[in-house]
Amino acid sequence: MEKVKIYSRFERFWHWTQMVLILLLGITGFEIHGSFEVFGFETSVRLHSASGWAFLVLTIFAAFWMIVTGQSRQFMPVRNNVKSQIMYYMSGIFKNEPHPVPKTAESKLNPLQRIVYFGLIILVFPVQLITGFLYLFFHYPEKPFALESLETVAVLHTLGAFLLVVFVIVHLYLITTGHTISSNLKAMITGYEDLEHSENK
Amino acid sequence: MKKFSNSATAILVSLLLPIAVLYITVKVAAFKGEPEKVEVKLKSEHISSVDHSQFEILQQDFATPHDVTAACLSCHTGRDEEVMATAHWKWEREVEIPGKGKVSIGKKNLLNNFCTGANGNNGSCMRCHIGLGWKDKTFDFSDNLNIDCLVCHDQTDTYFKQKGQAGLPATEETANAAYQVPDYPYVAQNVGLPKKNNCGICHFYGGGGNNVKHGDLEEALLSCSKHVDVHMTNEGPDMACIDCHTTERHNIKGKLYSVSSMNENRIDCDQCHTATPHNDAVLDQHFEKLACQTCHIPEYAKANATKMYWDWSSAGMLDDAGHGYSEDDADGNHNYLSIKGNFVWDDNVKPEYYWFNGTADHFLTTDTISEIPVKINELFGEYRDSTAKIWPVKVHRGKQIYDVDHNTLINLKLWAAEKGEGAYWKDFDWDTASRLGMEYNDRPYSGNYDFVASEAYWPINHMVSPKEETLTCTECHSREGRLDNLKDFYLPGRDYSKPVDYAGVGLIILTLVGIFAHFLGRVVAFFKNK
Repeated sequence: MEKVKIYSRFERFWHWTQMVLILLLGITGFEIHGSFEVFGFETSVRLHSASGWAFLVLTIFAAFWMIVTGQSRQFMPVRNNVKSQIMYYMSGIFKNEPHPVPKTAESKLNPLQRIVYFGLIILVFPVQLITGFLYLFFHYPEKPFALESLETVAVLHTLGAFLLVVFVIVHLYLITTGHTISSNLKAMITGYEDLEHSENK
Repeated sequence: MKKFSNSATAILVSLLLPIAVLYITVKVAAFKGEPEKVEVKLKSEHISSVDHSQFEILQQDFATPHDVTAACLSCHTGRDEEVMATAHWKWEREVEIPGKGKVSIGKKNLLNNFCTGANGNNGSCMRCHIGLGWKDKTFDFSDNLNIDCLVCHDQTDTYFKQKGQAGLPATEETANAAYQVPDYPYVAQNVGLPKKNNCGICHFYGGGGNNVKHGDLEEALLSCSKHVDVHMTNEGPDMACIDCHTTERHNIKGKLYSVSSMNENRIDCDQCHTATPHNDAVLDQHFEKLACQTCHIPEYAKANATKMYWDWSSAGMLDDAGHGYSEDDADGNHNYLSIKGNFVWDDNVKPEYYWFNGTADHFLTTDTISEIPVKINELFGEYRDSTAKIWPVKVHRGKQIYDVDHNTLINLKLWAAEKGEGAYWKDFDWDTASRLGMEYNDRPYSGNYDFVASEAYWPINHMVSPKEETLTCTECHSREGRLDNLKDFYLPGRDYSKPVDYAGVGLIILTLVGIFAHFLGRVVAFFKNK
């Protein structure tokens, strides 16, 4: 075992800020949707708009960071080991088997994570941002161009929100499936994680 | 040392910086502009440039109100033409109604679902005409001496048109305890800009009593709290009608859609306020699709009740002596009158909401009934109409008499001075009252009548609440809010896609169940593998 730095300072800042914003967007968004009452409708609307802007800025920084550092390759889906990763979660994990794809600084995400995160980055986040800002600025027809109505935008935005809720739930659970129950969480806070030497394999 | 620096970095990037972002976000969200303040000069600050009591011509013993009018016009030349060009004089105006073309409509010839129509009941209804003695078709609309200057300009509160005299004040012959002959020189020497009660004497009491028709215009506005009306309250600016209903050469701004159709010569709140009065983007954007009135008049009839429902079909029941009688509801309002039928009154009423673009249809005397309830004056507008806004509306519902064979609404002859003239209010005979009413209006009547449900729409404009009492978001942005009947658009907080919501919640539940099962499996495995 070796202490390896796998999350840079920006990555951790990005992750935790994103967590805060998604949590805030989720609570305020579903309040606006009419699912429950927390801050009051007006406060929720204002918070939702402000955190939407913050999320946009953060996303621009993250995209910039990915392109500049080349870390975007971490999120590219791979074909190998998808099946064995699925099998691991379905049976291996109960038999104390090792993770089929070892975590390294060069490849932090397992094949399933790559698929899911890629989906978030390519599909869910852009859809949420685009529908979100359409919602904010084009909520009336013929202003300045015709959107049939808010309905399509709003329903897509809601759909994306539900997917994010499901993602967050699964994500929270899977944090506990690392080398130890808390090793993943610790890594995202400190940046360091105890990883097996790749030659051990 | 390195360990310390690593911990410090971890706290900074994983905790402090995200919290800083959250803090900034919350601060930005909390930013709210100050609403703009309005400075206006009120008409009550107007100082008259002359003292009418000094004019010799006004110091004569006027025999008739016509003589007073002649005296007025001897100085105020040309004003008669202005007055005679208005709807206040003509009780009709040329309008263009989509699908019906150019028509001349007004109080003179329109049907309604209160007393069905004024024409033919002149003795009573034309008391609210600004002329003197429009008692029948012989009234001369070209005679400027028939103008009643005093009813609008009297400042003494002693000049009244007498009941049942078609707009004439009491004379030596007709004077009684309630109506004396006006002191013409006194009144004529004390004239000025119309006060609230000059307008209110007709506009408060239309339909036969205070607040019967409008719901948002009634005598309480003469002296009311802020809660009732922020503009007209004597706790505040104490504005008069003409402060908003600004007037150029007797052309008074403002439209009442029970008698109007066109989007012209209307009053806008932004005459004094701006179109972005909140200085707050979220609130100001609402102006695109909402009338100011929608949020700022959460309730009408705040002081006295208004008539919400009028069922004519139950009228005519007499007591054992053969006389008409009345019954009151718990609040002391009539809920039955033999001459009129059953009523429902209500106060502190939540308006209904309609899209409205400033144009309205009217059910004309020549129209036939094609839908029930009959829409007396349908308001036009829809979400996709960029000129339409959501408007608070008083809907007056009722059942009124119609001609079964001709499928038309009937003009009733309700009023007459004496029994035996065929007026329903004296003789209680539907057939005769219908025949005479229709005859007077030159309309055919088959003799076959029944009652039909009808609705009249009164956009609400008065009784603006203090800002603390305006509608809150969730009055509309919620599952069963005030805008429930406006289905032609997506309203956040109210609307959602059922499939998406059900699938989303279902997926969340499935995920939680799956995670729970998986977790149990891991716990079992943990002990097994020990």
